[in-house]
Amino acid sequence: MSKAPLTRRSVRWLDQRSASAPLLRKTLRYLFPDHWSFLLGEVALYCFVVLVLTGIYLTFFFVDSTKEVVYHGHYAPLYGQQMSEAYRSVVDLSLQTRAGLLIRQTHHWAANVFVAAIVLHLFRVFFTGGYRKPRELTYWLGVTMLMLVLLEAYLGYSLVDDLMSGMGLVIGYSVGLSIPFVGQNLMNWIFDGMFPGSARLWPRMYIAHVLIFPILIGLLLGAHLLLVALRHHTQFRRKKAQTERTIVGVPLWPGQTPRSVGLALGTAGFLFLLGGLVEINPIWLWGPYHTYASTNGAQPDWYLGWLIGGLRLVPSFDFTIGHYTVVPNPFWGGAAFPLVVFGFLYFWPWIERRLTGDDAFHNLLDRPRDAPARTAIGIGMITWIVLVFLAGGADRTFILFGISYTAQIWVYRVIVFVLPVVFGVAAWWICKELQASERVVRERHEAEAEARLAKLRG
Amino acid sequence: MRRVVALALAVPLLAAGSAAAATPKSPLAAYGYHLYGEYCLSCHGANAGGRLDTSPNGTGAGPGRAQQRQQGLAPSLQGVGALAADFYLRAGLMPLRQIGLQPQRRAHALFGNHQIRALVAYIATFGGPPIPKPKPSLGSVSQGLHLFTEDCAGCHQVVAQGGYVTGALPPPLTQGTTPLEVAEAVRIGPYVMPTFTKKAISDRELDSIVRYVEYANRPEHPGGWSLDYLGPITEGLVTWFIAIPALLALCLVIGRRFQP
Amino acid sequence: MRRLANAVVSLLVLLLGRGRRRPRGAERLVKEQPPNLAAELGVLALLGLSSLSALGFVLVYAFAEDIPAATQFLGLTLGLALILFAFALVVVGLKLVPTEELAEEYPPHEHPHEQQVIAELVEEAGSGITRRGFFKLGLLGAGGALSLAVLTPAVSFGPLFRVGDFLRTPWRKGKRLVDESGRPYKASDIQEDDFYLAFPEGVGSAGEEQMAASLVLVKLPVDQLRLPAQLKGYDAHGIVAYSRICTHAGCAIELYRAPLYQPDEPKPALVCPCHYSTFDPATGGTVTFGPAGRDLPMLPIYEDSSGYLRAKGNFDGPVGPSWWGVRMWKAQP
Repeated sequence: MSKAPLTRRSVRWLDQRSASAPLLRKTLRYLFPDHWSFLLGEVALYCFVVLVLTGIYLTFFFVDSTKEVVYHGHYAPLYGQQMSEAYRSVVDLSLQTRAGLLIRQTHHWAANVFVAAIVLHLFRVFFTGGYRKPRELTYWLGVTMLMLVLLEAYLGYSLVDDLMSGMGLVIGYSVGLSIPFVGQNLMNWIFDGMFPGSARLWPRMYIAHVLIFPILIGLLLGAHLLLVALRHHTQFRRKKAQTERTIVGVPLWPGQTPRSVGLALGTAGFLFLLGGLVEINPIWLWGPYHTYASTNGAQPDWYLGWLIGGLRLVPSFDFTIGHYTVVPNPFWGGAAFPLVVFGFLYFWPWIERRLTGDDAFHNLLDRPRDAPARTAIGIGMITWIVLVFLAGGADRTFILFGISYTAQIWVYRVIVFVLPVVFGVAAWWICKELQASERVVRERHEAEAEARLAKLRG
Repeated sequence: MRRVVALALAVPLLAAGSAAAATPKSPLAAYGYHLYGEYCLSCHGANAGGRLDTSPNGTGAGPGRAQQRQQGLAPSLQGVGALAADFYLRAGLMPLRQIGLQPQRRAHALFGNHQIRALVAYIATFGGPPIPKPKPSLGSVSQGLHLFTEDCAGCHQVVAQGGYVTGALPPPLTQGTTPLEVAEAVRIGPYVMPTFTKKAISDRELDSIVRYVEYANRPEHPGGWSLDYLGPITEGLVTWFIAIPALLALCLVIGRRFQP
Repeated sequence: MRRLANAVVSLLVLLLGRGRRRPRGAERLVKEQPPNLAAELGVLALLGLSSLSALGFVLVYAFAEDIPAATQFLGLTLGLALILFAFALVVVGLKLVPTEELAEEYPPHEHPHEQQVIAELVEEAGSGITRRGFFKLGLLGAGGALSLAVLTPAVSFGPLFRVGDFLRTPWRKGKRLVDESGRPYKASDIQEDDFYLAFPEGVGSAGEEQMAASLVLVKLPVDQLRLPAQLKGYDAHGIVAYSRICTHAGCAIELYRAPLYQPDEPKPALVCPCHYSTFDPATGGTVTFGPAGRDLPMLPIYEDSSGYLRAKGNFDGPVGPSWWGVRMWKAQP
């Protein structure tokens, strides 16, 4: 008897040991509806994979200790300087380990691109109504992952203990401290004492960054993808056959597989290109962090830039009642602002349901123009966040374009509340106009068809 | 303090009229005296004694400063020495574009080299520190980074890319700033920059700082394209304007699935 | 020679010939995709280039010490290897593998029958429990208490309830002010228009990192000082000492605006580079611009008989960013 082909033998072996053939068969023919914007979540996923793989490599070199050491390595400007072991381990990895800088830079670029991809994916889901029943749970898992990713990334670049990220860490501490009533206790608890905390702080941050957060994010990600698969993807109504009840798409096998794997490899490849060709966070230039040192032009990574804008814009006041400082200043820009934004994201499906009275199941997606109110509110929120983000870079704008910093701050304080309304209304109007123009075109086609028919008869 | 000194010196000297400084002028300084009369006298007064104008003038508000009655147009230059004269003239900071605003560097110096030397010689006749001779090769780049971080990075950014302080723009030190300029500026403290005397920063320490600034002009960038060493802002721009468009393009190509 | 020619001919035939085809007439699950030789060759070429690039990565890695810009070449080779592989797969996906457009029903919105069965299973299982309310209360209560107990050791992460540290500083009456290397400051060292970093004597390099340790010292002309009543005498002949830590968000105040010619230029000011909180050293550290909500804490200093600068006591307020009890703290003697 000749041997069966390898494929059949492998499938048989697997099915005999796991009873998974029926599941595998269903999975292989799972349908993916067609649209490029549905790939944004995948891009984010592949960035996460690159982060985990490069991160594992980095864990073998990083030393999570703030013990003071003196640098005696090859990099001249740092020679003889006091720094923490953590900082030294990253300098050594970057400047002395083969391929160390490549992996480290790829890791950091992957983090930046990861958040950008998540944000774009969020925009797609929001503006097409993909979060509606029955996918609210999937959506909430996604929003939670965004929050966790922001914290995880902040922890990641703060672990290096360079001058810039150290300044960022004390600012995060101050925002925590400014939480009314409990801020001081909470920060004392997390940092094991007043800033800069005890020797236990760094191992704590390290474990959070390499174990706790990745596991949390991984679990939520698994649940998120499982829910997507169980409920199946949403789709645009591009073809007549696509309805609320019928999904039309390309099966996972064989059509989708080379595309997805290609996207994965392409994303990873591009991240490695960036990691090798474009310098990111050259921490040997910033020098080690000391609480009594700082530098001009310190900024957080872009995905936290909205917060530095918030911190810079709020006018000088601590909200006090008698001797009690109920709300210290950093709370508004650093904590209240993101709370409002994330609150909006979490509550939005519920808000929309209440405002529209629409409690139905939705498998079909809207085009943004089909839901003018939602699009307008979304554009308004984005305008708000982007303006605050731009305010965070007002000093750079002054340096580049000569517009006075103090003048900018005052202007931003006003437009940050005015422009979102203006842009929201403009977006609403544009949606309405687009809908109207489609109606006009449709009516014209109908009229022309009628005229042709009349001509034929007549 | 300087206001009081300027007052004290200027009044008797103005009264003395055209009686020149006691030290005899070299031909260079004489030419400088000529140029001073043409370009500097109107603000800095006769015999470089400074000029006071107690009538309200229109110089008005500047960054970080409300409109107020000006009590002097320009400080006395007696005792500032060749050090200050050389710095301000070579960088084109003087003549000022506008009183009350931060002095701006000029791309093309107004004065030629000979004229600058002449003016410097003239100002030097009033006494003061000479032009320094920084020796960066004797300094340590490591000590330089350390001192630069402590004394300079707060305004000029740790890789000397320049920055912002309320009311002024500390310039970057990387676009053709010479070691001499750095050494002079440190000793003068122009505009709102602090003044670091030899007591605070010794000559050898200054050599280290200058050496570090030289390094900052062309630091090592083993990671690739350096994005001007500004940090996260430019990294964010690369993320959104290079990485995301490239990945979006990939999505657009892959995403074309349905047959038309 | 003949063997080489044979090999080349075989390779060409393999690449350019008809290739393997399925027997016709078999029942198909996946629709037929017409062959596309150009695409196949293109894919092979891309895969070949990708392999070369990947091997290039290994080579560059091996000789990294001798190659300038090694990181760039490592990134280029590895990135290209992945991207070329990706392009190969994209071509496979777009040209070689059938793109089937299939339709199927979405899963049902819900499964009422199963929901009913599950609900009944849960309800009927409780037939032996007659006091439902208490039972639930008991379970929830025990569960809650157990969760509380299990979480309690987390309190040891840090001094959750002991916040006295926030009021403690390493400054004492008579402590000398020293620079970073431990050399004590003399009053004559401090010059106008300059700013200095100071620590309490004997605090050590770890102690220097405490927020309440570092100072920024500046000297102003005595006639320019306008300290409020409660801060009178905090200066030493015009030398004033402030906490170096900004009261907004904790960055070090390393900017000193020191006008060269006062009439035309902004007043002296201590500025923080993070959000540009600006403090006036002449009036006791009052906030003149920026988001800081609290004045900069001032340390009273004096000049001793040998000319050294010493602290007269503690700061006039807590150091660093504000928290809820920050204004309840009284200055310690």
